[in-house]
Amino acid sequence: VTATAIAPELADRGGEIEIAPGRETYLTAKTSFLSWALTTDHKRIGVLFFFGTSLALALGGAFAIALRTEHLSPGRTIMSAVGYNRMFTLHGVTMVWLFMIPSIPSAFGNFLLPIMIGAKDVAFPKLNLLSVYLYLAGAALVLGGMLVGGTDTGWTFYAPYSSVSPTAVVPVVAGVFVIGFSSIVTGLNFIVTTHTMRAQGLGWMRLPLFVWALYGTSVIQVLATPVLGVALLLVGIDHAFSWGMFDPARGGDPVLFQHLFWFYSHPAVYIMILPAMGVISEVVCTFAHKNPSSYKAIAYSTFGIAFVGFLTWGHHMFVAGMSAFDAGAFGILSMLVAVFSAIKVVTWVATLRRGSIALKTPLLYVFAFLFLFVFGGMTGVAVATTSLDVHWHDTYFVVAHFHFIMVGGTLTGWLAAVHYWFPKVTGRLYPERLGVVSAVLVFIGFFLTFFPQFLLGNGGMPRRYYDYPPQFQTLHVVSTCGAWILGATMLFTLTYLAWAAVRGERAPANPWDSRSFEWRAPSPPPPHNFVDPPSFEHGAYDYTRPLETAS
Amino acid sequence: MDFVRALLGLPPAGTTLADEIDRLHAIVISVTMISATLVFVAAFWFCVRYRRRFAGQLTKHITIPLAGELTVIGGILVSFVAFWIVGYRQFLNLVSAPSGAAVAYVTAKQWMWTFEYPDGTSTNDSLVVPVGQATKLAMISRDVIHSLYVPAFRIKHDVLPGRYTTVWFRPTTPGRYPIFCAEYCGTEHSGMRAEVVVLSEKDYADWQSSRVASGTVSMAQTGASVAARRGCLACHTLNGAPHVGPTFSRLYESTVRLEDGRTVVADEAYLTRSMMDPMADRVAGFASVMPTYRGVLSPADTGAILELIKSLRDAEIAAGVTLPHLEVAAAPDAGEVTGGKDGAP
Repeated sequence: VTATAIAPELADRGGEIEIAPGRETYLTAKTSFLSWALTTDHKRIGVLFFFGTSLALALGGAFAIALRTEHLSPGRTIMSAVGYNRMFTLHGVTMVWLFMIPSIPSAFGNFLLPIMIGAKDVAFPKLNLLSVYLYLAGAALVLGGMLVGGTDTGWTFYAPYSSVSPTAVVPVVAGVFVIGFSSIVTGLNFIVTTHTMRAQGLGWMRLPLFVWALYGTSVIQVLATPVLGVALLLVGIDHAFSWGMFDPARGGDPVLFQHLFWFYSHPAVYIMILPAMGVISEVVCTFAHKNPSSYKAIAYSTFGIAFVGFLTWGHHMFVAGMSAFDAGAFGILSMLVAVFSAIKVVTWVATLRRGSIALKTPLLYVFAFLFLFVFGGMTGVAVATTSLDVHWHDTYFVVAHFHFIMVGGTLTGWLAAVHYWFPKVTGRLYPERLGVVSAVLVFIGFFLTFFPQFLLGNGGMPRRYYDYPPQFQTLHVVSTCGAWILGATMLFTLTYLAWAAVRGERAPANPWDSRSFEWRAPSPPPPHNFVDPPSFEHGAYDYTRPLETAS
Repeated sequence: MDFVRALLGLPPAGTTLADEIDRLHAIVISVTMISATLVFVAAFWFCVRYRRRFAGQLTKHITIPLAGELTVIGGILVSFVAFWIVGYRQFLNLVSAPSGAAVAYVTAKQWMWTFEYPDGTSTNDSLVVPVGQATKLAMISRDVIHSLYVPAFRIKHDVLPGRYTTVWFRPTTPGRYPIFCAEYCGTEHSGMRAEVVVLSEKDYADWQSSRVASGTVSMAQTGASVAARRGCLACHTLNGAPHVGPTFSRLYESTVRLEDGRTVVADEAYLTRSMMDPMADRVAGFASVMPTYRGVLSPADTGAILELIKSLRDAEIAAGVTLPHLEVAAAPDAGEVTGGKDGAP
């Protein structure tokens, strides 16, 4: 038995499949520590990133639980104001740069991109290894900065506060600066790989949609991240040597920092969400057993988002002292970028119509994604409405909005990916019933945590508040309970996945009976991805006929 | 409206603009919740209706027709643009103070607010204003960025170091309304609170007379002595006579023609920018000789000079003196769009 499709009825029973004796997988080819530490195999690099980002998620999640617990009562509950300010900074930095940005592209993108385009590896395997070590070095600097006292500027590092904050700003901005290079290197690698290493006959319009999503993401990573690097470098220099770059008393301009920062950090939300959208496209088509209702709409809207996403950064600054004309222009451009997201949502839902739908865990996560993303996205339209943003800016409404769309979207997309590609990566099946429980509880926990925060923001509760007026306590308590449910569910999920990776049932090569290209390789794939040269004649979304087996 | 506010958890409305903003809020949020629910329900219904009947079930190749796609996209775009049009009109009202609004000066620092009034008095924990009167706040920070936020008034604006920003409101009901700092500013950020105290006309008059009795120097008087001490009056006259720099007389809220052909209204933002960065917006016909006062004038002194200039807004015209063109438009109603004018550079 090698690379090809397994009878679906066998897949439904979990199968009694053993890997053919003597067949090497990428996991078993070499097993020494160095074979992992110095690997240039894109699959192993993907796995390394998966462990790194999952650890970051656990850490950032633990910070979040502590922050929410602090808010059980006004004033001090479990930590001081100084501790709280440092913790929300670390929560943001860890979640944004150590988890969300690399979570899907660096882990799943690395693992799947070459397989999806029929290549043996990425274009620059050694650069790929470098990106792992840049990530680790950056993470070490950020977490080391935490050990030497932490920083209290918020993940946005707004000047001039970040220039004068009495905390360890320099190691943290240096860490993020280094992680930025990891991001750039990965993006560059993906762009070149997609351009130059597609298998013969695999034109752009035949690529799996996940590849389009990764490509769009990579373009943003390469173009936007250098601006973040510049902005953080200036903050670091200002903090360490007092050059007064953002100090108005010496001719600097504090608002300039915000422009530089958001020029990266707004597109960065698309770095986080586009790969998740790619996952959703794959999962919807596989479990609906149907072609996407408009391949072109999904592929092109990716570029609409990537391009217009660069022109909306000013909507973070409506009340920061920009002219009314600028506010209007950034407002309408922000509306435009929302339209591209809406196109994707409509296309996914239409794809389900007249499909043959199997409601498995990954698809349940798609449902969670759809609700959180549409609700979060529409509240994005609400905060892009300039007069309403004046009231909501820097309140819990904004916190709830970006957690719904950015975190909710990325987290549910990531969890869908984890479950969907679990058999591909590990060669084993996750327990379906536990998966369903986890998907339902993640949704409930997430909704309970962040929905009350919309109401808090309406009521005027500013964000980054250690202490708060007592009328907000009830909603804070509900939100904290939600966070506990979400935290416990995440622990539960990671536990059964860890168990299944070792003890789960053996998976067939293509347990979902998917047409997408990565499922034509064995599970887990051999070191060079394919045993026989793969055939891409059958389209990635052609469910009108059974998949011909290659051998 | 009060029912909608209760449903959305909004605080009671305290200004003339709050009602229409809350109405738009309710509409936008309803559309948000309805569309999220519709998408969810549609997806769920498809999952039931088109559930897989047997393993390996195949499907037809179906795509949305282009016309259908364009209709959906067009519909979405139209509703988003409608939000933008209504919201942007409201935004212009929120940032454009009516001419003739009373002014109070706000100084922010870690972690307290100071409010100064033209009569020369100041308060720390509360900003006192009369009901029904448009009040403009001219705000500056002494250290990092802060943000003045009054939830009940639906207003918020960042308070920057080195530059004045403004925000305005016209309170409708006497009462006490909390002020929060909305821009993270360090350890005691969440403790940086104050309140707006809106008094009835009679109470306000009582409050004012009780303060004037204490015999303070008005801000305009302080401004005159600061202007003399700092050398402003060496080049700028107070009586409209031409000199090295533009006269202060009838300058405030007049339309000024600049060297590069643009025109600006001489409001708080323009006047303070001219003190801190004189070459940025140089008035036509004057030599570029003014030094910067950045780091020289304290926020209090800057506010005092502003008050001096404002006190000369309706000064007598001296015989034979050419004055800058005055803006003659009547003070607009709160509900009117007055057009966008830059709040800051």
